[in-house]
Amino acid sequence: MEIKDSKPKSLLYLDGVSVSFDGFRALNSLSFVVEPGELRAIIGPNGAGKTTMMDIITGKTRPDSGTVLFEEKVDLTKRDEADIAQLGIGRKFQKPTVFESHTVWDNLELALNRKRGVFSTLFYRLSGEDRDRIEEILGTIRLTHRRDELAANLSHGQKQWLEIGMLLAQEPKLLLVDEPVAGMTDAETAETAILLREIAKSRSVVVVEHDMGFIRDLGVKVTCLAEGSVLAEGSIDFVSNDPKVIENYLGR
Amino acid sequence: MISSFILRALEGRIVVTVCIILAVALLVPASNLLLSPDNALHIPTYVMSLMGKYLCYALLALALDLVWGYCGILSLGHGAFFALGGYAMGMYLMRQIGSRGVYGDPVLPDFMVFLNWKQLPWFWHGFDMFWFACAMVLVVPGLLAFVFGWFAFRSRVNGVYLSIITQAMTYALMLAFFRNDMGFGGNNGLTDYKDILGFSVQADGTRAVLFSLSAIMLSLCLVLASAITRSKFGKVLVGVRDAESRVRFLGFRVENIKLFTFVTSAMMAGIAGALFVPQVGIINPGEFAPANSIEVVVWTAVGGRGTLIGPIIGAVLVNGGKSFFTGAFPEFWLYALGALFIFVTLFMPKGIVGTVQAALANRKAVKAAARAQAQNNDTPSTQIQAAE
Repeated sequence: MEIKDSKPKSLLYLDGVSVSFDGFRALNSLSFVVEPGELRAIIGPNGAGKTTMMDIITGKTRPDSGTVLFEEKVDLTKRDEADIAQLGIGRKFQKPTVFESHTVWDNLELALNRKRGVFSTLFYRLSGEDRDRIEEILGTIRLTHRRDELAANLSHGQKQWLEIGMLLAQEPKLLLVDEPVAGMTDAETAETAILLREIAKSRSVVVVEHDMGFIRDLGVKVTCLAEGSVLAEGSIDFVSNDPKVIENYLGR
Repeated sequence: MISSFILRALEGRIVVTVCIILAVALLVPASNLLLSPDNALHIPTYVMSLMGKYLCYALLALALDLVWGYCGILSLGHGAFFALGGYAMGMYLMRQIGSRGVYGDPVLPDFMVFLNWKQLPWFWHGFDMFWFACAMVLVVPGLLAFVFGWFAFRSRVNGVYLSIITQAMTYALMLAFFRNDMGFGGNNGLTDYKDILGFSVQADGTRAVLFSLSAIMLSLCLVLASAITRSKFGKVLVGVRDAESRVRFLGFRVENIKLFTFVTSAMMAGIAGALFVPQVGIINPGEFAPANSIEVVVWTAVGGRGTLIGPIIGAVLVNGGKSFFTGAFPEFWLYALGALFIFVTLFMPKGIVGTVQAALANRKAVKAAARAQAQNNDTPSTQIQAAE
C-alpha cells in the first residue's frame, strides 16, 4: 500500500531524465509527475531545459537516461512523434505553427483525430459529425467568423488560438503548451488564460511560460526548472518566495 | 469512395485544361492524317512528333509539380525516372527488331552482338512482351523512388541536401548507363527501332496514335494529380511543405506521405519517358544528365509550381521556345534559358499561372470591397460583417 501511495496515479511520469548536447547538460536528472486532469505551469530561466523537456515528451529528442511514462505504462522514449501524437499528447510550439496556406477550417479538419494513413486521407469525406466538431472548436477558439479565411491572414494572437484549436481537434489527453502568450496583447493574454482553464476541465495541460502575471491568472501548481532539474514545486506564492528560485530566476 | 475521389478532381480549370488537351489529341492527328500536305492547316509529321515530345515533357513537369509544388521536395533527379521509363520502352522496341538488325541475330540486339555477347542478359528477358515492358515502365522508376525515398525520408533528409542527393542519383545512373557492360547499349543507347506492336514506328498513323496517347495520358495524370491534391491527403501534403513538424506532431507519418507522393510522381515520370522514346526514336544515357532534371525544374517554375496546370504550360512554352531558338539563333538558347529563369525568379516567383491567379484573386477582392462599400451606404450593419 505504501509503495502505491508514494507514486500517485500519473498521466505523465518523468524520472531521472538526463540528456546532453555536445557536452552541454540540457536536462540533469529531471523528475516530475503530472496527474490526470491537472493544469500545470512550468517556469524557469532561459536554458533551464523547458523546451528540451517538451522535445523528450513528444519524441523529438531521445534522453540519454531516465524514464518517461505516459499513463503509467507507455514508454515514450521508444516512440516517435507521430506515435506519441496518436497516443494523445498534443504540442503547441513557441512560435505559432499553423498551415498558413490553408483556411482556418482546413487547419482544423487536418488536425481532427481521424485515421491518418495515406489511403484513409486520400478517400476522406467530411462527415456531419466531423463538421459539428469543427464548428464547436471554432466557437471555443473564437474564430467562427474567420473560418474561410487563410490562416496567414490571422493576427498573431488568433494564430495562437488556431493552433490551440488544432490541438483540441486532436483530442489529446495531455496538452503541452509552450509560451502561449508570448507577443500577445494584454486582452489576448487574459482571454488565453480563460481558454486554457476551459480546456483543462477535460484534460491535463502543461504550460511553459515566462509571464508571471499570466501564471498568477491561471492560479495553478507551478514547477520551477533551472539547469535541467526541478528547483521548486508548489503554489505560485510558495515558489516565488523560495530563495533558490529568487536567486536563479526571479532575482535576475 | 473512388468516384467521389475522382469527382473532386474535376474543378473548373482542370476540366477546361483536360478538354483543351483532348481536343489537341484529336485535331492534330486528324490534320496530319486527313488533310493533304498542301493544305494550310496540315501539320507535318515531324511537327506532330515534336509536339508529342512537348506533351511528354509536360507530363514530366506535372510529375515534378506533385512532389515539389505540393510536398516541397525539390527533386533535381526526376530526369532519372523519365529515362528509366524510356529505357524500359526502348528495351521492348529493341526486342521487336529481331533479325532485322545489322547483324541479323534473331534475339540479341546489335550492340550485344558487337560486344561479342553470346546470350541475352537476365534483365532483358520478358521485354519482348509489350505488357511486361509497360509494367516495367511503372515498376522500375517506382521501385527506385521507393528505395531512395525510404532511406532519405526515414532519415529525414530535407531541403537542399535532398536536392543534392537526387542530383547525385541521376548523375550516378548516367555514369552507369554509359558503361557498355551494363548491357544498355552504353554511349549510343537504344535506337534504330522498327516497330511497336507490329506497327512501324516511322508510319504517320503510328506517330498520330502515339501523339494522341501522350495527350490522353497527360490528361489522365492531370486528373489523378488534381484528385490527389484536392483530397484531405493533398491538404496534408501542403502542410508538409509549409510546416512539416506541425504535421508530425498532429500524428501523421510524414515519411509515408512523402514516399507515396514521390513514388506516384516517379511512375508518372516513367510513363512520360516511355511515350517519349518511340516518338523521338532513341534513348541514351544523356537523358540522365543532371542538366535535364534541372531544366524540368525551370519549366515548372516558369509555369507556376503548385498549380498543376502551370508546369504543363511552362513545359510547352519553354520547349517551344527552345525549338525556335535553337533553330533561329542556336548560340543564344542557353543564355535565353538562363535569362528566363532569372526573370521568373525575380519578377514572377509564382510563375505564369500563379501570377495570373493572384491577379484574378486581387481583382475579385477589389470588387468585393467595392460591393461592400456600396452596401455600406444602405445598411451600416452589413459593413461590419463584410469587414470581418
